[in-house]
Amino acid sequence: MGSRDGSEAGRRRGWTDADVDVVISRILRSGLALSAALVAAGAAVFLARHGAEAAAYRVFHGVPRDYREVSGILKASASFHGRGLIMIGLVLLIATPVARVVFSVLAFFRERDRTYLAVTGAVLAILLFSIFWLGLR
Amino acid sequence: MTVLGLTAVVCGASLVAGLLGALTGLGGGVVIVPFLTLALGVDIRYAIGASLISVIATSSGAASAYVKEGFSNIRVGMFLELGTTLGAIAGALLAAAVRPSGIAVVFGVVLIGNVATSLAARRAGTPGPPEAPDRLAGRLRMDGEYPSLHGVVRYHVRRVPAGLSLMSVAGALSGLLGIGSGALKVIAMDRVMRMPFKVSTATSNFMIGVTAACSAGIYLHRGYIDPGLTMPVMLGVLAGSVVGTRVLVRTPTRRLRWLFDAVILALGVEMIFNGLTGRI
Repeated sequence: MGSRDGSEAGRRRGWTDADVDVVISRILRSGLALSAALVAAGAAVFLARHGAEAAAYRVFHGVPRDYREVSGILKASASFHGRGLIMIGLVLLIATPVARVVFSVLAFFRERDRTYLAVTGAVLAILLFSIFWLGLR
Repeated sequence: MTVLGLTAVVCGASLVAGLLGALTGLGGGVVIVPFLTLALGVDIRYAIGASLISVIATSSGAASAYVKEGFSNIRVGMFLELGTTLGAIAGALLAAAVRPSGIAVVFGVVLIGNVATSLAARRAGTPGPPEAPDRLAGRLRMDGEYPSLHGVVRYHVRRVPAGLSLMSVAGALSGLLGIGSGALKVIAMDRVMRMPFKVSTATSNFMIGVTAACSAGIYLHRGYIDPGLTMPVMLGVLAGSVVGTRVLVRTPTRRLRWLFDAVILALGVEMIFNGLTGRI
């Protein structure tokens, strides 16, 4: 009944809650590491090119359209624009918790835990609705 | 200030914010937004955009460590994310409708509320001995255990509906203010659902990333997430949180709470003042 049980049922199916913990931990860590690497690479390019310019964040203009959509971000980073690379890293960062939820859905499916399959499925639906319907389009 | 200078200053401050955030389980957002707006005069919308992103980084970093060590209660986290994600959508949509000075005032009120609840909780003392199991929590298989110096400690989870309602509020504040709302999440689990403090902290970290990712898409679309400003905030907070997480297991939590309360109170008063006088 404990959340980390190494119960008979869990072992028979080959996946205990502790195994799931390890995979979740890895997803979070690798998504984060990759994202940080991209952001750092983008930072190097961005600072080398624009480091001496004046910083302007006092007045809100909103980020240029190109950096508000995945297609624009991809285009900018493909041509090695510093800010494009940073944005790719940030999009990856946002995708990391989503990937974790996707994995949780799979894990509860394999554990045949219907209650939590429904719970995680609902969380995933809310996330995707917000990111793709209300946010990026 | 040049871009290079601003990047260096913001990166340093974010490092400190990330360290404090990880040590207390509150995330770095509550410090970094006031710093950017009050000290550097950054528009609050860029500030909450950068902060929200850093919140995802902190959460993923800290959560990956806690989850592996067995502190986080994944079932409780997943269940309560139903409330935080819906709240996060409402909050992010509200952020566009409220004026920046209004966001600043709400921010200040939330900061002071943090301190008030933490003080009240301390006067009430720590929760009594483990209580009887709760039927709903039992049916949802939320009861868990965590490792400690004296071996594995088992605990029961209680008052799930009240915890879920409070989590929706935490999600809304996260989406509106670009913070992780870790304080409120910890209160919901620690005080309301009667979970052990360290489990609450770890599970809160686990939930923060999903909550923040939910509003991040909306922020990105609105142009709140500026790559040049977000980059030093994210990298700084991340570095700070990595160091902070390593110290959590052996640091006394009480002294840290006092230190953090003093800082938060001062920032809260200043945010409200600047919001009301139209400086933000």
